[in-house]
Amino acid sequence: MSTLVFLEHHDGELQKDSLGVLGKAVQLGGDVAALIAGSGVEALSEQAGRFGAKKIYVADDPSLDAPLPQPRVDVLAELVRSQGFDTVLFAATVLTADVAAGLAARLEAGLNWDLVDLAEEDGKLVGKRPALDDTVYVDVGWKGEPRVALFRTGTFDPVESPVEPEVERVDVRLEDFSTRATMVEQAHEESEGPSIEDADVIVAGGRGLGGPENFALVEELAKALGGAVAATRAVVDAGWYPYSTQVGQTGKTVAPRLYIAVGISGAIQHKVGMQGSNVIVAINKDPNAPIFEYADLGVVGDLHEIVPKLTELVRQRRAA
Amino acid sequence: MKIAVCAKAVPEQARRIDPATKRLDRSGEPTLNPFDANAVEEALRLKGDDPGAEVVLVSLGPERSLDALRKALAMGADRVVLVSDEAAAGSDLVASSYALARALEREEADLVLFGQQANDSDGAVMWAAVADRLRLPLISQVAELTVSDGKLRGKRQTEFGYDVIEAPLPSVVAVSDAINEPRYPSLKGIMGAKKKPQETLALSDLGVEADRSGERGSRTEVYAVNEPPPRGETRKIEDDGSSAEQVVEFLLERKAL
Repeated sequence: MSTLVFLEHHDGELQKDSLGVLGKAVQLGGDVAALIAGSGVEALSEQAGRFGAKKIYVADDPSLDAPLPQPRVDVLAELVRSQGFDTVLFAATVLTADVAAGLAARLEAGLNWDLVDLAEEDGKLVGKRPALDDTVYVDVGWKGEPRVALFRTGTFDPVESPVEPEVERVDVRLEDFSTRATMVEQAHEESEGPSIEDADVIVAGGRGLGGPENFALVEELAKALGGAVAATRAVVDAGWYPYSTQVGQTGKTVAPRLYIAVGISGAIQHKVGMQGSNVIVAINKDPNAPIFEYADLGVVGDLHEIVPKLTELVRQRRAA
Repeated sequence: MKIAVCAKAVPEQARRIDPATKRLDRSGEPTLNPFDANAVEEALRLKGDDPGAEVVLVSLGPERSLDALRKALAMGADRVVLVSDEAAAGSDLVASSYALARALEREEADLVLFGQQANDSDGAVMWAAVADRLRLPLISQVAELTVSDGKLRGKRQTEFGYDVIEAPLPSVVAVSDAINEPRYPSLKGIMGAKKKPQETLALSDLGVEADRSGERGSRTEVYAVNEPPPRGETRKIEDDGSSAEQVVEFLLERKAL
């Protein structure tokens, strides 16, 4: 097996999920290489070496400065063709989903998405993919090579396995249509505090809070726990909390050590964004809320009563 | 301006995977993929009252898809082109994007719009494959779109916030469902929908070779459909005034504090 892992970066940092996928590739064995594409990104190869990429291709070119998908498809297609990789892996994001799908079309390669695992079974690579609101898990595969796969965000944690990587610069040759879309203004992380995707502890609020002013309860608890605040789609759409904190199908996928859901009913659209959390605690007044089906601990009660008490107890604990 | 909207009919209910074919059971009543309604709405907004503008729906699916696509016609789209062929059943991304691209080539639209995802396959990838096949610029996850002087400006929602991206026409754009609130079809719209042009094409009409469609043309496969892994035990308590303490105990027990 010869695997190429696409490493996404933002603001000079390789993304955690990309490194997690790299770790998975190293664990599966065979030759594992990584691609870093951008402008002024050579220094990032050192980071990649810490996570086991023995070979790192660097495509460093001003035309790759903006995180746009199509130039990256060109670079990957060229690399896969010239080096003969049989497998190309991505951690799914807005950018990489477009890159992976473009690459699949370009190479007439099979793309499986939303994978939560990849394993070798009877000599075949098998992807595990939850489907139909996660009511079934489908074993998916590829009929030929190269195989392209997108992993659900938050699926693998990065595993340090330092190597001295061999770094090779690749030529950047782009298709004419690939550079027609241009970045006018690039987003930078607007949220304060830790990004929810990197947070170890998340306290999330939903409609059950009753109004935007009650997010203070959630913020206080998050602060006491040293965690980040997240929100459901419903409250983001209602303008109670910023989009950058949205967890769920159309927001971020998170997998913290601890996820506390406050006033969240836990419909499937929310569940897919946080079910990878290690421990889930839910506080909701509706005993029939779907979240109680998958919360490790569910508390049926009034969040206005429980959350301040909990915040106080956590503060005392952590101060002790 | 000619706008092509790629729309898909999805099963309304009884979403299940047929154990024999390992494909999604599409025998239920078809409905317009709700995310595609946002793309239709955006196309209609861009069309405005320009009599020279046209909104054409391009779809791939069984013949019965027309029942669902008529909703988009009722909203105001002008006509529909449905690629329907038994040989296309079981097509994966590579095969579907090829057939769709061939149908779109025929339309030569100035703008090709997609919705944010298909709610049956949870796929959010088709537009990028189609854009690559059509060799057109691509902007996805667009929460705000303007078109002027043959140029598009899209606000893209990412994990990091909003990007502003420009591209010349023709281009491919996938809109997010935050972009608009799709209109409800009016009674007049519903009545008029049936009379709008509805063209059904076979793969051979588009020159799609048999080995590039359906399972033969697909590069992925499904081996098995399994039960989801069980989650650890769940515990539910009613608040009796001591639940905050119980939560703390639980967190300590699970070493989560």
